[in-house]
Amino acid sequence: MSLLRVEGLTVALPPGGDRPHAVEDVSFHLDAGEILCVVGESGSGKSISANAVMGLLPKGLPVRQGSIAFEGRELLSLAPEAMRKLRGERLAMIFQEPMTALNPLMRVGDQIAEVLRVHGSGTDAARRVPELLAAVNLPDPAVIARSHPFRLSGGQRQRVMIAMALALEPALLIADEPTTALDVTTQMQILRLIREIQSRRGMGVLFITHDFGVVAEIADRVAVMQRGRIVEQGPAAEVLNRPQHSYTQALIAAVPHGAAQARAAITTAPVLELRGVEKTYRRGGFFGARAVVRAVHDADISLRQGETLGLVGESGSGKSTLARCVVRLVEPERGTIAYHGTDLRPLSRAGWKPYRRRIQMVFQDPYASLNPRRTVGDTIAEGPVTHGTPRAQALERARELLRLVQLDPGAMDRYPHEFSGGQRQRIGIARALAMEPELLIADEPVSALDVSVQAQVLALLAEIRARLGLTMLFITHDLRVAAQICDRVAVMQRGAIVEQGPTAEVFARPQHAYTRQLLDSIPGRGWTPPEL
Amino acid sequence: MEASKLPGFLLRRGVKAVIVVLAIVVCNFLLVHAAPGDPASVIAGQSGAADAVFLEQLRRQFGLDQPLYVQLWIYLKSVLSLDLGFSHRQQAPVAQLVLERLPATLLLTGAAFAFALAAGVTLGALAAQRVGRWADSVITVIALTFYATPLFWVGLMLVLVFSVWLEWLPSFGMSSVGVEMHGLEVVWDVAQHLLLPALTLGLFYLAVYARLTRATMLEVADQDFVKTARAKGVPEGRILRAHVLRNALLPVITFAGIQAGQLLGGSILVETVFAWPGIGRLAFEALLARDYPVLLGVFFCTSVMVVLFNLLTDLLYAVIDPRVEVAG
Repeated sequence: MSLLRVEGLTVALPPGGDRPHAVEDVSFHLDAGEILCVVGESGSGKSISANAVMGLLPKGLPVRQGSIAFEGRELLSLAPEAMRKLRGERLAMIFQEPMTALNPLMRVGDQIAEVLRVHGSGTDAARRVPELLAAVNLPDPAVIARSHPFRLSGGQRQRVMIAMALALEPALLIADEPTTALDVTTQMQILRLIREIQSRRGMGVLFITHDFGVVAEIADRVAVMQRGRIVEQGPAAEVLNRPQHSYTQALIAAVPHGAAQARAAITTAPVLELRGVEKTYRRGGFFGARAVVRAVHDADISLRQGETLGLVGESGSGKSTLARCVVRLVEPERGTIAYHGTDLRPLSRAGWKPYRRRIQMVFQDPYASLNPRRTVGDTIAEGPVTHGTPRAQALERARELLRLVQLDPGAMDRYPHEFSGGQRQRIGIARALAMEPELLIADEPVSALDVSVQAQVLALLAEIRARLGLTMLFITHDLRVAAQICDRVAVMQRGAIVEQGPTAEVFARPQHAYTRQLLDSIPGRGWTPPEL
Repeated sequence: MEASKLPGFLLRRGVKAVIVVLAIVVCNFLLVHAAPGDPASVIAGQSGAADAVFLEQLRRQFGLDQPLYVQLWIYLKSVLSLDLGFSHRQQAPVAQLVLERLPATLLLTGAAFAFALAAGVTLGALAAQRVGRWADSVITVIALTFYATPLFWVGLMLVLVFSVWLEWLPSFGMSSVGVEMHGLEVVWDVAQHLLLPALTLGLFYLAVYARLTRATMLEVADQDFVKTARAKGVPEGRILRAHVLRNALLPVITFAGIQAGQLLGGSILVETVFAWPGIGRLAFEALLARDYPVLLGVFFCTSVMVVLFNLLTDLLYAVIDPRVEVAG
C-alpha cells in the first residue's frame, strides 16, 4: 500500500480565470521512504496539489473530483476536526518563504512547542524543543529557542520550520519550494538536511520545485506538471535524462547548464573602472548604539567596451550596492567611479545628468519596478522626454523598442498589470534601452522568472547586446546563469571581490575557497542535461 | 526590548518631551495673543467701570502693556518653575484650578478610552471572523453610523432616551447635588453620572477601532505564518487568538496611542453637553471669559498628557513587538 495515493484530483478555479480547473485529473502516489518531486512553472498547479493533500485549499478553490488516500484513509471525506488532528501529527508541511512563515511575535521555541501542545504532547516540550533544534543542526539550541524569528537568518528559519514539521515524526512531509528563497550554499545545506532526515526516518517527502537542478539533487521520482495536469512522471534518472513529453524537454532545454564556454578575450578600451569604492552603512548614532556594515570595500572592477561582466555572490554580499553606486542610487564615501576616464563620484546632480542616459539599469522585480498607473508607452518614453526628446518622437521610438524586445506595439496603451512577469521584464529592458545607453546594469533581471521565460529573456539580452554593442554589468546569484551569459565574472563575498577572471577559467579552476563552495553548491552539479 | 536599555531610552525621550512641550507652550502663547479681544476691557466691562485710566491701570497690573516677547519670556520662566499664573476672574492660581478639574477629565476620558478600545477590538475581531456574513455587515453599519454622527448629537440623544424618557440615568454633572452619601454609594453615584458621557465620547472611537481591527485582522489572516499554524494542526480558535489577533493589535495600539491624546480634546464638547466638571469645560468657560492664564494652563496640561501618552505607547509597543528597538 502506498503512503499517499492521489487519484483523478480535480480542483476548480474561480470563474473568470484563464482555465476552469487549477488542477485536473491529477494522479500520483508516494511510498514511505521516497522523495517525489513535483516540477512545474508558476501557475502549473503544483502548490495547489500539495495544499489539497494538507486540506489547506483556500475557500475559493473547491475539490471537484478525485480521491486522496493517506495510509489507506480517504482524506477528502474527513471531518475538519479529524483532518486538523492529522495535520502536524502525520502530515507536515514546510513553505517557500522562511521570512514570513513564522509568527514574528512568538519565540521560536514556543512555536515548535505549540505543535506538541495542540496534539496533546505538550508535557515533553521543554525537553523535545532543544532536541529538535539540534536535530536540524542549529547551533546553540537553547538560545535559538528563546529567540524571536527576526533574529535568525533565512536558512536558520527554514531549519526551524523543518524542526517544527518533524516534531511529531510525521509519515509524510510536504515541502513547497523550501529552498527557492535561500542562497545557493544554504540551499544545498537544507537539501542535504531533508535528504538525511528523510532516509533516517523513512518518511515520504512530496517536494515541490521549479528547479531541475534541485530535482537532480534530491528526487527519487519526478512528476512534471503543466497547466494543471501531470504530463509526465517516472523515476528521476528516466525523466531527467530521457524526457518523453515535449514540455519536459522544453523545460530541461531551458535550464542554464552551468558549463561556461571559453570566449575570446575582449581587449577594447575600458568603459567603466571602479577603484577603491567604499560604502559603509551606519545605523543609530547621536544617542543610540552604533551598528556598522561595510557593504562594499575592496571591490575594484573594470569593464571593457562590449563586454559582459557578471557580479556573482549571495544575498548581502554587496553586489547590488556596488551596482547602485555606479548609477548613484547609493552614494559611496570613497573611491573613483571612472566612466570613460571621468570620475562620476564627485559630480553634482546637474553634472551627472548627461551620464544618466548613457548608463541605464534593469531591476530584479518585474512586478515592483513598473509604475502601475502609467501606460507601457509612457513608461518607456518618460526617460527620453525628460531629457528633451519631443514626445511624439519618443513614443514612436517606444513602439520600435517594443518590437525589439519582441512585444506587440499594441502594448503601448496598456498597463503593467496586464502583462506576465516575463513580458514586464521585457518592458523594463525596453525602458532602459529607450535612453540609448552604452552601459546596461542588470540587477538580477531573471531571478523572479520561470526557467523557460528566463531562457527567453537571457536570449533577448544576448541578442540586443550583440546588435547594439552594449556593455553590461550583470548581477546574479545564480552561477548557471552567469556561466551562460558573462565574458568575465567577479565573485563577491561580504562586500569584497574575492576572485575575478574569464568565466570559463573561474568555473574550471576556482582559486578562492568561497568560489569553490559556491560552485559545489550549484544544485544538480552531477547531472548534465541531455542534448535535445 | 532588553530591560537594560530602558533607563537610557526614558532619559532620551524625557529630554525630547520637555523640548516638545516648551515649543507647544510658545505656540499656544502666541496663538492666544494673536486672538482679537483685550482681556483688560473684558475685566473692566464686567466690573462696570470702564474709563481709560482704569483700563490703563489694569493693563499695567497684568503686564499687558509690556512688549509681547517680554510677556512670553515671563510666561516661559514661570511655566518652567511650574507656576501657571493667576486667574483674576476666578481669584485662584491656575495650577490649582486645573488640578482640581483634572481628575474628572481623566476619569471620563479613561473610561471612554477603555470602553472604546475593549468594545472596538472585540467587535472588529468578531466582524473579521464572520467576514461577508450578516454579523459583519451589522457591525460595519453600526460602526459607520457612530463614526459619521456628531458627538454632541449622540450625547443629546442619549440624554433624551436614558434620562428624559426612561429616567434611568442622570443627565448632567458628576454627582448628585444635595444628597449625603458615603463609601460605595459615592462610587455608584459617580458611575451612574459617568455612563452617558463616557459612552458618548467612546462611541466615535469605538467605531474607529472596530474598523481598524477588522481590516488588520483580515490582512494578518492572509499571512504565511497563519497558514503555517494551520499546517501544524492548531485549532481555529487558537489561531485566531494567538496568531492573528496578537499581530493585528500592533497597528491598533499605535493608533490608540495617538488618539488617547485626541480624546482629551474631544472631551471639551462632551463635558459641555453633560456639564461634567473637567478641564474641557474649564477651557470653554475660560475662552468665553477671555481668561488667558487659565486657557494657557489647560493647553499646557493637555499637551503634557499627549506627550506622556505617546511615550507610554512607544514603551508598550516595544514590549509587545520584539522587533522594535526602542530608539530615541
